[in-house]
Amino acid sequence: MSVPLLEFRNVDLHYGPIQALRQVSLHVDEGETVSLIGANGAGKSSLLMSIFGQPRASGGQILYRGEDITHKSAHHVASGGVAQSPEGRRVFPDMSVEENLLMGTIPIGMAHADEDLRRMFELFPRLEERRNQRAMTLSGGEQQMLAIARALMSRPRLLLLDEPSLGLAPIVVKQIFQILRELAAGGMTLFLVEQNANHALKLSDRGYVMVNGQIRLSGTGEELLGNPEVRSAYLGGH
Amino acid sequence: MDGIFLQQLINGLTLGSVYGLIAIGYTMVYGIIGMINFAHGEVYMISAYLSAIGLALLAFFGLESFPLLIFGTLLFTVCVTGLYGWTIERIAYRPLRNSTRLAPLISAIGISLILQNYVQLSQGARQQGIPTLLDGAFRFHVGEGFLQISYTKVFILVAAFAGMAALTWVIHCTRLGRMCRATQQDRKMAQILGIDTDRVISWVFVIGAAMAALAGLLITLNYGTFDFYAGFVIGIKAFTAAVLGGIGSLPGAMLGGLILGVAEAQFSGMVNTDYKDVFSFSLLVLILIFRPQGLLGRPQVTKV
Repeated sequence: MSVPLLEFRNVDLHYGPIQALRQVSLHVDEGETVSLIGANGAGKSSLLMSIFGQPRASGGQILYRGEDITHKSAHHVASGGVAQSPEGRRVFPDMSVEENLLMGTIPIGMAHADEDLRRMFELFPRLEERRNQRAMTLSGGEQQMLAIARALMSRPRLLLLDEPSLGLAPIVVKQIFQILRELAAGGMTLFLVEQNANHALKLSDRGYVMVNGQIRLSGTGEELLGNPEVRSAYLGGH
Repeated sequence: MDGIFLQQLINGLTLGSVYGLIAIGYTMVYGIIGMINFAHGEVYMISAYLSAIGLALLAFFGLESFPLLIFGTLLFTVCVTGLYGWTIERIAYRPLRNSTRLAPLISAIGISLILQNYVQLSQGARQQGIPTLLDGAFRFHVGEGFLQISYTKVFILVAAFAGMAALTWVIHCTRLGRMCRATQQDRKMAQILGIDTDRVISWVFVIGAAMAALAGLLITLNYGTFDFYAGFVIGIKAFTAAVLGGIGSLPGAMLGGLILGVAEAQFSGMVNTDYKDVFSFSLLVLILIFRPQGLLGRPQVTKV
């Protein structure tokens, strides 16, 4: 059996006395699209951030390509080929769109910068129009595109996406998921955290459902979409 | 406009450009870690000694041309002072990165006391000095009197503005500059993108110290004298300049320095030299009352 690209083994995580993750085990194989769904406060974002040690897991192991990264620094993990479009987008407000994109090239250097900038502008034409504008002036959807494009600029092996649909108009959500589908079809490994279970599971090969810091269910995207528990809790019953 | 006004304007700009150089160190460190480097004045003081040592060494080895002498000394002073800046961050700030906000302030004050006493012990408590290197001045007749601008002052103005321009270029157009700005705007995100933020913070201390080193060399060329306590008053003035311009803002530090220098010089020329410090600090109080974020600073937005 080959080694998974990303693996969580019995991971616990605490914020002071509060336990956010409880014995979480999951894995993402190379080339797969996997989504993690769950309600607000279930621990999904904490799980994604724990890959970068922010905050650090208090128990268990996180492995990336077989290497134990539980206690590695965030920049070590990033230079290994993990990129994240984080919760709240976190674009650099005072930098231009282009500068924000260039920040994505830190792990691989500037060698492909021009080519990748062009590729991002093809993928997200809105960003090209806003190229020299400061990121704080962008709309929510444009900031989301910028966050995803910035992550792609590092040519990651593993792309982590935290709620790319949050707070966006349905048409923008559709556009973003269309782009994610193209990326997945191109062979990139995606690990997606979403409340929008419908979109996420349709895109994914496999999925996990998280409740109160624990993995409650797992299965293929279709299985979970058909699961009555998932339907009633996350798909509004239709 | 009369001669005194113009004369004091030139004097003020010269002094102010040097305040601005030192203020850059305060404002950059504040921008990136949200703390004041209370040892920065001492970094400037050390650089004044280093530039005298550098000049003496190079002159001893027979270097006589002014440009080479200055360039060699600048290189020496900037490198060694940068090392001091790096060490201060390593000893006084990094081990306390995740402790309370007050702890690094206290450790920086400790470093400042250590540096003062170390220089006093190793170099003596008396005032030291260097001879004038660049003699002569431009003279212009203005109305009744005349305006005199020494070559040293011209050199200081040119060098200080060149230093600021170089720094602005580094911050805006280079990879290191982008990494500094990213770390300043969102340190966690910068780490997630693969930036070693500890290293960036070290660089900021080194850059701040290098700017102070340029200031140290320039002031030494102008006044010729310094002692182990020289960092205190200039440090406070530069800090005032940084707050005046808006702490955290790079152009603000430069502008604040120039305004403070000019205001001080005009006050000395027209009213009274003894009370010039009272005047500068009153200016600071007024700014803090009517524009607490400083001239170019942004008001702090607290998210609810």
